[in-house]
Amino acid sequence: MKKAETLTSERRRKTILSVVMSIICIIYVLPVVAVVINSFKVNTYVKTNTFDLPTGEMFAGWSNFVKGMTFGNYPFYKSVLYSVFITVVSTFLILLFTSMAAWYIARVNSKISKAIYFLCVFSMVVPFQMVMFTLSKTADRLHLNTPWTIPIVYLGFGAGLAIFMFVGFVKSIPLEIEEAAAIDGCGPLRTYFLVVLPMLKPTLISVGILELMWVWNDYLLPYLVLDINEYRTIPIHIQYLKGSYGSVDLGATMALILLSIIPVVVFYLLCQKHIIKGVAAGAVKG
Amino acid sequence: MLRKKPRFGNSLTRQTRHWFPLFVGPVLAAFIIGFVWPFIQGIYLSFCKFRLIREAKFIGFGNYVKALEDASFRHAFWFTAAFAIVSLVLINVLAFAAAYVLTQNIKGSSLFRTVFFMPNLIGGIVLGYIWSMIFDGILSRYGTSILMNAKYGFWGLLILVAWQQIGYMMIIYIAGLQSVPDDMLEAARIDGATRAQTLFRVTIPNVMPSITICTFLGLTNGFKLFDQNLALTGGQPIIEQGGSYVKTTEMLALNIFSTFYQSKSTSPGVAQAKAVLFFILVAGLGLLQLNYTRKREVQQ
Repeated sequence: MKKAETLTSERRRKTILSVVMSIICIIYVLPVVAVVINSFKVNTYVKTNTFDLPTGEMFAGWSNFVKGMTFGNYPFYKSVLYSVFITVVSTFLILLFTSMAAWYIARVNSKISKAIYFLCVFSMVVPFQMVMFTLSKTADRLHLNTPWTIPIVYLGFGAGLAIFMFVGFVKSIPLEIEEAAAIDGCGPLRTYFLVVLPMLKPTLISVGILELMWVWNDYLLPYLVLDINEYRTIPIHIQYLKGSYGSVDLGATMALILLSIIPVVVFYLLCQKHIIKGVAAGAVKG
Repeated sequence: MLRKKPRFGNSLTRQTRHWFPLFVGPVLAAFIIGFVWPFIQGIYLSFCKFRLIREAKFIGFGNYVKALEDASFRHAFWFTAAFAIVSLVLINVLAFAAAYVLTQNIKGSSLFRTVFFMPNLIGGIVLGYIWSMIFDGILSRYGTSILMNAKYGFWGLLILVAWQQIGYMMIIYIAGLQSVPDDMLEAARIDGATRAQTLFRVTIPNVMPSITICTFLGLTNGFKLFDQNLALTGGQPIIEQGGSYVKTTEMLALNIFSTFYQSKSTSPGVAQAKAVLFFILVAGLGLLQLNYTRKREVQQ
């Protein structure tokens, strides 16, 4: 009898928790809803009627999107293309080269391996502000200041965390598998690409997602390194909507913000499991 | 860091040794360009007076003295420290509470988790503009704006960062809570422990590792905050204090940025000195964390 009572009270407690969490969830998505609403609202009403639905004369249709695309004398599609290119190429370079280096560092036990590993761990605690001035000057001098070459800068600055994570994983792989490959006549190159790389897949996904999110959302590095009049990524583009003189068109800004978060949200919903795992794995970076 | 391994006796490693240029070369070159050289040059330039790097002249600790005398830098430090500590407590308590509820087997847990984590993927600049619209939408009814009062800026930034990071910390706490052994909780229940007793005497001691990680993460994230600060208030409002202008909601990273790129009168050497001080502060926290984490690993 008593047990049945505690069971129903337990069930009631869980229902109440569920309801409370649902309400908090709805509040949680409100900022995104506000972006959607205001991207369809006539600019002058965004500030005065931020939380009203865009009805009647407030409704702007697609005009905010059209305006946003050409706002500030810089076409938005160009920013999207540069962002996509820089993010994809940087992530690819980081995954390929840091995993190779990490395998070498983990397997060849030399002083230089240790020194590089130490430097990588060290670089993880250095904030970007420490190197931003000298890094942007160095990148300028070496002509790394275009979207085609900036991935090299990302490879350099992002190497620390990636190598740290890959070395940790490689060490957990038993050496015997690689030895067997060697006995079968594989050289280091074939051993790495045919045997080691496939085993690295879970870490490749984790590191890949971390780097993808970092480069895609990064504002300061491309802002300092690239020639802003010619090349803008999406975060720079959005920052410049406000920075450009004259009053800010909030409706158009919200339209562009909506366009820029749609791909992120879709990507998130598609590979949620990997993203959460990857981001949690990067928690060590601090 | 590197554990001692038995010396490689096999032919593979002896062979691999010679492949250094191919395997490590590309990363090493990029790493030197993107980190090592800028870092060393940055340290050196913090001791120099210059307009152009070519004309840098060594002046000793002059830049550091100027940096520490700068009222805006000192203000930024206290603002940042206060922000880091308040956000650390707020975010961790809320994230832990959310994680605790979501591990109680309630309906819709995975949907809640999805929603809470989502803001973490939106970039700082975009977040800043979303929230500045929301805050101004509310504050404009009272004839004011987030740019008018440093208090609004502080709490506004706090709400923004909480919205962004609670989901992230929650994920770490969920992992911690799921690793608490079931038989321990069962034993506490059989012994007649109340829910609160179980939480404070059994659950929390068992998730201490997650709490440590999240504490340090919250602290370093708070100190390094830049994009959100720039996009939400950009340091406004500006007040006059002892003859110099101070941006009241400017955090350390943004202060360093403005000293480098917006101040016409200050030499970049002073900004670089600020950056080195900032690095020592953040790295100190980071190393403390690594040390702590490693100690914990030994115990396990």
